[in-house]
Amino acid sequence: MTRQGRDPGTARAHDPAAGDSDDGTPGAIISRRSVLQGTGALVFSFATGSSAVAQESSARRGSGRSPSLPGSLARAPYLDGWIRIDAQGLVTAFTGKAELGQGIKTALLQVTADELAVPLERLQLVTADTARTANEGYTAGSHSMQDSGTALRNAAAQVRELLLAEAARRLGTEPQRLSAEAGVVSSPDGRKLSYGALVSDSLLHVQAQPTSKLTPPDRHRFIDKPQPRVDIPGKLTGGQAYVQDMRLPGMLHARVVRPPSYAAQLTKLDTSEAERMPGLVKIIRDGDFLAVVAQREFLAIKAMRALQAHASWHESAVLPERKDLTRTLLGLPSQDYTILDSQGGAGASASSHEATYTRPYVAHASVGPSCAMAQFQDGNLTVWTHTQGVYPDRQAIAELLSLAPEKIRCIHVEGSGCYGHNGADDAAADAALIASHLPGRPIRVQWMREQEFAWEPFGPAMIAKVRASLDSSGRITAWDYGVWSNTHATRPGPAGDLLAGQLCARAFQSPAPRPLPQPEGGGDRNAIPLYVLPRAKVVHHFIPSMPVRVSALRSLGGYMNVFCIESFMDELALAAGIDPVEFRLRHLEDSRARDVITATARRFGWAQRGPGGHGTGCGFAFARYKNLAAYCAVALEVEVAGDNIRVRRVVATVDTGQVVNPDGVRNQIEGGILQSLSWTLFESVGFDTRRILSLDWARYPIMRFSAVPESVDVQIIDRPGDGFLGCGEASQGPAAGALGNAVANATGKRLRDLPLKAQLA
Amino acid sequence: MELKVNGKLHRVDADADTPLLYVLREDLQLNAAKFGCGVAQCGACTVVVDGVATFSCVTPIAQLAGKEITTLEGLGSVDNPGPLQRAFMDEQAAQCGYCIAGMMMRAHALLLKNAHPSDAEIRAELEPNLCRCGTHMRILRAVHRAARSGNGANTRGSK
Repeated sequence: MTRQGRDPGTARAHDPAAGDSDDGTPGAIISRRSVLQGTGALVFSFATGSSAVAQESSARRGSGRSPSLPGSLARAPYLDGWIRIDAQGLVTAFTGKAELGQGIKTALLQVTADELAVPLERLQLVTADTARTANEGYTAGSHSMQDSGTALRNAAAQVRELLLAEAARRLGTEPQRLSAEAGVVSSPDGRKLSYGALVSDSLLHVQAQPTSKLTPPDRHRFIDKPQPRVDIPGKLTGGQAYVQDMRLPGMLHARVVRPPSYAAQLTKLDTSEAERMPGLVKIIRDGDFLAVVAQREFLAIKAMRALQAHASWHESAVLPERKDLTRTLLGLPSQDYTILDSQGGAGASASSHEATYTRPYVAHASVGPSCAMAQFQDGNLTVWTHTQGVYPDRQAIAELLSLAPEKIRCIHVEGSGCYGHNGADDAAADAALIASHLPGRPIRVQWMREQEFAWEPFGPAMIAKVRASLDSSGRITAWDYGVWSNTHATRPGPAGDLLAGQLCARAFQSPAPRPLPQPEGGGDRNAIPLYVLPRAKVVHHFIPSMPVRVSALRSLGGYMNVFCIESFMDELALAAGIDPVEFRLRHLEDSRARDVITATARRFGWAQRGPGGHGTGCGFAFARYKNLAAYCAVALEVEVAGDNIRVRRVVATVDTGQVVNPDGVRNQIEGGILQSLSWTLFESVGFDTRRILSLDWARYPIMRFSAVPESVDVQIIDRPGDGFLGCGEASQGPAAGALGNAVANATGKRLRDLPLKAQLA
Repeated sequence: MELKVNGKLHRVDADADTPLLYVLREDLQLNAAKFGCGVAQCGACTVVVDGVATFSCVTPIAQLAGKEITTLEGLGSVDNPGPLQRAFMDEQAAQCGYCIAGMMMRAHALLLKNAHPSDAEIRAELEPNLCRCGTHMRILRAVHRAARSGNGANTRGSK
């Protein structure tokens, strides 16, 4: 996004190489030793010393001594940073990851309970909080089980071994003669010592070891067993479950007044009508940042409207013509990265094929607009936020308010599902900035629907061009793929990534956008096919200039690249006269990939399906998310009449390594499929050359029940004893590919521009 | 004015044009009804008024004198969940859960007038409510389960 027509040109303050492997966690080096005076809450310092923190960045550059530690233990090696036990034997586990509705809390509790040999109900879990938990960057990229699950699993196993050793010392025996169960260590002669009795302040304040004695799968009590999610009962009964539900004593309600368009500048403001409203507490203007604060919520809305009605803005036409979007993007300068160039020998080509695919801007479109609470007291700021990254958000807010990071505590509280970088961080910054004007009072900022739709950073529009050759036996002999995309990572970071930072009088510069590196990638995520291709070239055309504000949307470029690759594989199979499933298998060596494909085909009855046509068809697609997380294959059946595409049944198979909560995995895969069907069928952000226009659900339609499939059947291939693979973003790409292929099978029309429904109209 | 919510009368000191949603959340400190869009397009704010599913975000309290308002809190509690809540728990029918209170109240209104709805009837009834996480299949299963239990619309189960 180019606020006030600026093109981001300055170098990013952070070394991209120090970034997280996912959505670009900035390489923040912040002392966490600070003990913050939170507002009335119990606070204690995080267990890693500053020496450990200093290693963080070097560890992530691969030169420190911690990288050999499993998961996020490499970033926070002290065991008592992850697990604490009190004298009563109550266990508290700590994670730097956040519950986003994906069920991570429950899965982390299952892992910890099993390795520590304690009952689940004796465990508490503290999630992302800059005063209490490790800095695990962002909760993103389907990394939580790999990073935090692995760390907690190993930390719990090592804590259990320390407790066994301590018990052995006290009982004058060998640890291997002892057993741990339900929080008690027992010896063969019947003597027992509880964890609470064994633990001391110093016992767990030790650094983790590279290897752990993990509990074998056949002795798991919680791992790989369906476990009801701990967050669900409250959500089904009106409990205080979200940041939106927080009420603090003395709390005031704030609303921001946003410009009507990206580059708009405030030219005139008459505050008199709003000021006359009883219950109005304050109007805040800082540059083009405008907000109202009131005693009551509905009054804040009325005051916001009054201020909107009396604000004049100078707007500029900074957006491209929507109908020329593809041409506009292709005409922008790009930085070209060749991410695959293999020149293997291949037979003579018998035919060649090419195609171009496009995706529009897609909104996160959380049902609940962003919300945050902040309180500035005695020089310290506390922010309650549904951000995906409390530490990076804290750093950005610190820069925004010129406060030392140690003076700020960011606490994650759940919001509406975010599916990537939505307005969460911006709302947190809004609340923080407003709270800094009203010391002592908790400030609750709730965005309006139209603000979320107008100002959230969208999933970028993308273009992919692919060319391939087949030999006479139907084998791919050459593959040439290019993908054009903006960045998928404008998360804070610096204050210039925050709307409040851009709008306020200091007008922080948006940092220069950068691509996310392979192997995970950003716009080029999943651009390298998993298929065996003797001669292949893949180029990421990274477009730095962003006409529209964009950032991370669930699966980043993976969704689009898998849609393209899987659509094109279907086109090639058709050209070769080979069944699409058989065609994929002939080009795959990875046995786990083959397993999910064959399992899906079998369950779906792929071999028994009809020929397709006359408005009925079946489609198939596959991917391994990021080429290094979960494997997923999807088959589905559609009926097409006019522009109405009805998905009848869906079958999916996922291999996510060691499963922790099978029902949680199913929920994620199901949800990913339905969300992807919504993106693929319906979704496209509307705009003219000045403004975002899709500001409500009528102008940004998403899936409603009338478009929901008749059935969605998810099967899991379990890999007990394997590592965790993330599954939260595994099904979106395959679902889109399968849908496009099914529509082609039903209608004979290959739709290459998303969303599909618009192409049939 | 007085509002009857979940069987109890509440004296409310709010402007007559205030939408019910803000009174429920702010004055009565009830969490379930959610702000989603403010213009009756998403259903996150759905409550039941005199047996009818109602968008609380666009219903001024001036229209509600003498009416029976039911929110999700009126169907049961964590310790004593109603049959519809139990059905949603059994099906684990939530991801982020932000839309779920509205979904459940619309389903509650359906079960009040039709104890054994068909799959098509449930889908048609839930059409105004949006879920972004893609939990639709579980929501449908949960409503079917509640209907099968035979007392889906009862506010509290026989526990």
